[in-house]
Amino acid sequence: MTTTQMTLADAELPKVRVDILPLLIVPVLALLMLPLVGSFPTWVTLTVAGLAMGMMVFMMASGLTLIFGLMDVLNFGHGAFVSVGAFTGTLVLLPMKNWVEADSVLMNLSVVGLAIVLAMVVTGLLGWAFERIIIRPVYGLHLKQILITMGGMIVAEQLIHVIWGAEQIPLPLPETFRGAFIIGDAALEKYRLIAVCVGLTVFITMFLVLNRTKVGLLIRAGVENGEMVEALGYRIRRLFVGVFMAGSALAGLGGVMWGLYKETLTAAIGGEMTVLVFIVIIIGGLGSVGGCFIGAMLVALVANYAGFLAPKLALVSDILLMVTILLWRPQGLYPVAKR
Amino acid sequence: MLRTLLSGDLPRSRMLSATLLVVFIGLALAPFVVSGARSLNVAATICVFVVLVASYDLLLGYTGVVSFAHTMFYGIGAYGVGLALTGMGPSWTAIAVGTVGALLVSLVLALVIGLFSLRVRAIFYAMITLAVASAFAVLASQLSDFTGGEDGLTFKVPELLQPSFHLLEATIMGRAIDGKLITYYLLFFSALGLFLFMLRIVNSPFGRVLQAIRENDFRAEALGYRTVIYRTLANCLSALIATLAGVLMALWLRYVGPKTMLSFEIMTDILLIVVIGGMGTIYGALIGSALFILAQNYLQVLMGQTSAALSGVPFLANLFHPDRWLLWLGVLFVLSVYFFPTGIVGKLRAGTLAKVDRRP
Repeated sequence: MTTTQMTLADAELPKVRVDILPLLIVPVLALLMLPLVGSFPTWVTLTVAGLAMGMMVFMMASGLTLIFGLMDVLNFGHGAFVSVGAFTGTLVLLPMKNWVEADSVLMNLSVVGLAIVLAMVVTGLLGWAFERIIIRPVYGLHLKQILITMGGMIVAEQLIHVIWGAEQIPLPLPETFRGAFIIGDAALEKYRLIAVCVGLTVFITMFLVLNRTKVGLLIRAGVENGEMVEALGYRIRRLFVGVFMAGSALAGLGGVMWGLYKETLTAAIGGEMTVLVFIVIIIGGLGSVGGCFIGAMLVALVANYAGFLAPKLALVSDILLMVTILLWRPQGLYPVAKR
Repeated sequence: MLRTLLSGDLPRSRMLSATLLVVFIGLALAPFVVSGARSLNVAATICVFVVLVASYDLLLGYTGVVSFAHTMFYGIGAYGVGLALTGMGPSWTAIAVGTVGALLVSLVLALVIGLFSLRVRAIFYAMITLAVASAFAVLASQLSDFTGGEDGLTFKVPELLQPSFHLLEATIMGRAIDGKLITYYLLFFSALGLFLFMLRIVNSPFGRVLQAIRENDFRAEALGYRTVIYRTLANCLSALIATLAGVLMALWLRYVGPKTMLSFEIMTDILLIVVIGGMGTIYGALIGSALFILAQNYLQVLMGQTSAALSGVPFLANLFHPDRWLLWLGVLFVLSVYFFPTGIVGKLRAGTLAKVDRRP
């Protein structure tokens, strides 16, 4: 983490240089696109859509990159948590239909909130089980990790079919989240604004936890040098489990949000996102949460602008973006020191 | 003679030899033994998958590199032939042009991806190939003017390979000698040739270096082998052979489409087969493919019966629903990565080794 906060105790230490160049890409890109898009209201709509999508991708990707940074485990089955989260959300959203259909912001918010809490609890517990059963025996063995987590993904996807059936599940948006605010000529979809708010809350919470708490300090230290943290007497394995559960729960949250955004659910919903999530964490630098946030915004914004300006190009815009970034910084935007 | 053909890499287990022989004879005589188009289709699919999976094993099992772009190369081969035959009409020249073009495209792509990302760690390569392959699949299904989009392309093959063509008036063992049969044997002998070629590669000094890199790349580098170059070479070789497998499949189906050639399901199938059959053994590809494709086609029937028998029990009936066969293979996959990482072939060979050890 390059944005280490200074405390009084280490005031004499040389200041950590904050690398702001990557931070500038997102606003610069957005501004550059303004003349290309032409009309200001369209640009606002596109930008908000991009940010909303970016926030949702960030929720799914942040857990993965943190898990990778701390434990050196790349979970190819991370998409399964997204799917499970989305499907768990239906357990609340479908039976409580009249709350979803009610024309009251409070009822809508509480039912979605309940769905999110349930999804996060379930995916968190699932993450605990996954870490215990699937990943623990293969720490440090990359080849086996890739294979075993892929296997876990296949099994999880099939189990979703077994439990919820193979058909698509329609997942309507709550009544008051539909439609858009019209500001000037720009239409801002309400749900996208909600997604931006939730995403920002997650990011800020994560940032504060990582930078201002003891647990966060230990996690950051673990990313830099796990053995040293252990030598200082902390049980890094407990930290592993905690981070894995938190990462999985975040994926579940992303799953519910994404499912509501798409309004239909299939078991492949997580698998489809896996590629995008990987691109995001590669761009951000494997293991870096800040990089992951910028990466998510970049990927989503570029996809939205490209979809508007050159629809054919949008098909490969993610890959082109990734190649460009890697040519500039081969280790991603914010490389984590050890790797 | 046999030793030379198999490049000195004999099965080394009586059980394994017997199984291999059964599969080999079964495939060689398939058109005469089984009846019906579906069974012959199963046999042809096994032939193609043996090549495809063995070429993946070259990468995963022998070099220790995980790639998710293998279906991309398979698809390039299939689309190469498909596009050439659609554009130039059904002729052998078209097949040759399509194959050579596809091989070149694959070679360049494999080289670029390899040089770009094989320097870094295995995990990075896995992620990059996943991204590239999915972009390629999207392109193939979206550029519908060129590739036929989601529907794919149906095309005519040269007359000799068409099902309506009859080489002889007479039948042999009740089987008409038609284009389908000729195509099958074209597939069979090509697959056999490629299989023996790969066996030769992995048992050559080059193959030994690959295994050294898999075991300890740092040490291999220290011994003076440029690991990046060896990895990239293995990557290119495996991509080229996968392309040829795609060509064969396109000739057999007379159709190419994103679902049958490029989908991620094929990639997971390949992974499952390699691991269950046995990583780092070319024979594993043969046994794994035969088992898997047979399971894919016939396990469902069995599961359907089980499901019907359990129809009173809600959850269990779903668990054994014919469409859930992948669940059971997935479980088998996870278990085999843990408990017998060398797969079926490794297990059989280990059994023989144990017996040899026990001898006084």
